[in-house]
Amino acid sequence: MKIFYTKEHEWVKIEGTTGTIGISVYAAEQLGDITYVEVPDVGEDLVKGETFCSVESVKAASDIYAPVSGVVTATNDELMETPEIVNESAEDEGWIVTLEITDTDREGLLTAEEYDAYLETLD
Amino acid sequence: MDKKTVLFQKHTDLKAKMVPFGGWEMPIQYEGIIAETEQCRKSVSVFDTCHIGEFRFKGNIATSGIEKAVSFYIEKIPVGRCKYGFLMNEDGGVVDDLIVYRLAEDELMIVVNAATCENDFNYMNSLLDGSSEFVNISEKISKIDVQGPFAKDVMKDIFDADFDNMKYFGFSHVTFDDKEILISRTGYTGELGYEIYSDVSQAEKIWDSLLADERVKPAGLGARDILRLEVGLSLYGQELDENITPVEAGLPFFVTFDKDFIGADVLRKQNENGTDRVKIAFEAATRRSPRHGYEIHADGKIIGEVTSGVFSTMLKKGIGLGLVETDFSKTGQQIKIVSGKTQIDAKICELPFYKGGTARKK
Repeated sequence: MKIFYTKEHEWVKIEGTTGTIGISVYAAEQLGDITYVEVPDVGEDLVKGETFCSVESVKAASDIYAPVSGVVTATNDELMETPEIVNESAEDEGWIVTLEITDTDREGLLTAEEYDAYLETLD
Repeated sequence: MDKKTVLFQKHTDLKAKMVPFGGWEMPIQYEGIIAETEQCRKSVSVFDTCHIGEFRFKGNIATSGIEKAVSFYIEKIPVGRCKYGFLMNEDGGVVDDLIVYRLAEDELMIVVNAATCENDFNYMNSLLDGSSEFVNISEKISKIDVQGPFAKDVMKDIFDADFDNMKYFGFSHVTFDDKEILISRTGYTGELGYEIYSDVSQAEKIWDSLLADERVKPAGLGARDILRLEVGLSLYGQELDENITPVEAGLPFFVTFDKDFIGADVLRKQNENGTDRVKIAFEAATRRSPRHGYEIHADGKIIGEVTSGVFSTMLKKGIGLGLVETDFSKTGQQIKIVSGKTQIDAKICELPFYKGGTARKK
């Protein structure tokens, strides 16, 4: 199992060809109280680098980009009524979708250390 | 460079997130916007509103020219009361919304928005005949709002005023720390509340005294925006501006149509004949938040635009105000809020969205 991050502040946990995607703790903190998560349908194709859902907070609506390509196999339906889970547990219980990964392209993905170093350059 | 209020250090100490607003650096949130909204609905919140502008007028109200551009009769406000209305331009548009305090027969305090303060002052000054004193006292005055169902109990413990007999939109002068301050029963949240005007030198002590009460927490501009929108209050620059009239904005209640102020003829015609567009309130079918500038669609075409939109903490869904073609403005009308590929189903409804506000509580 490996966890990667993107410069757009998504994370993807990869176990074999199964991926789980969410937004980072940093992203959740920046967004403030999250009020709505637009979850895609099971079976939907996600294309690496393209937006597949949006997360809305009291401050703004933000597009979320797919870190890898694949087909959605499950969605976190808890987020429909209690999107604040993302604030409480962005990188665990606040996951958005799982998917069957269909490509091997890992370009642009950062390790946890690389992502932390990237965050240091912000602000 | 944005200005800082006298309470800036207090916000920094409380770890507030600061944002630019109307030329000032202001706290948008402390612990979180939703928690702060709930705090104000259930207990008491304190807001730094020192950025707000204040003018002092002394002179003959009827003859000095001060009445010229104001949408209601200032001279009919009883001493000890204040009134909300509009500063008007010749086209019937709104230069600002304001509250006029009748301090004495010949003396007023006029309270205006931060971003428009200087323009308002110059405009009003240009209408005066020179016989009166008219001074922008914004730099000398600090303002702190105390809002929430237990606001009266909190205020009674700190200030020596007759709060039981202070009416909605009434005010009195009290002594605090050997200086006179003004407290009015007004606010921008829909809750029972007060606005405290003092010399800037007293602001920190007032702020600390309020926050020493465990029923009180600070709230920022984020919560303030949700609170005012949940009870349907307009925000200048969104629901009101130089190109939107009070009739279009659904606020004819604050216009005295038989008074001859600047722009009155436009408003009289609109009030008789109706307008092509009008303010509406709407509720989203989901938790999705409409936002300022999103399109409003009905019958497959654009009928207007969202002026304000938030996620309502109390209703747990998106709510908003918009300006739409009058033909599509009836309560119950189904609409779609559209921005790019985002589409939110919504329905036109009556105001207020949140009906539990305590502002007018006896």
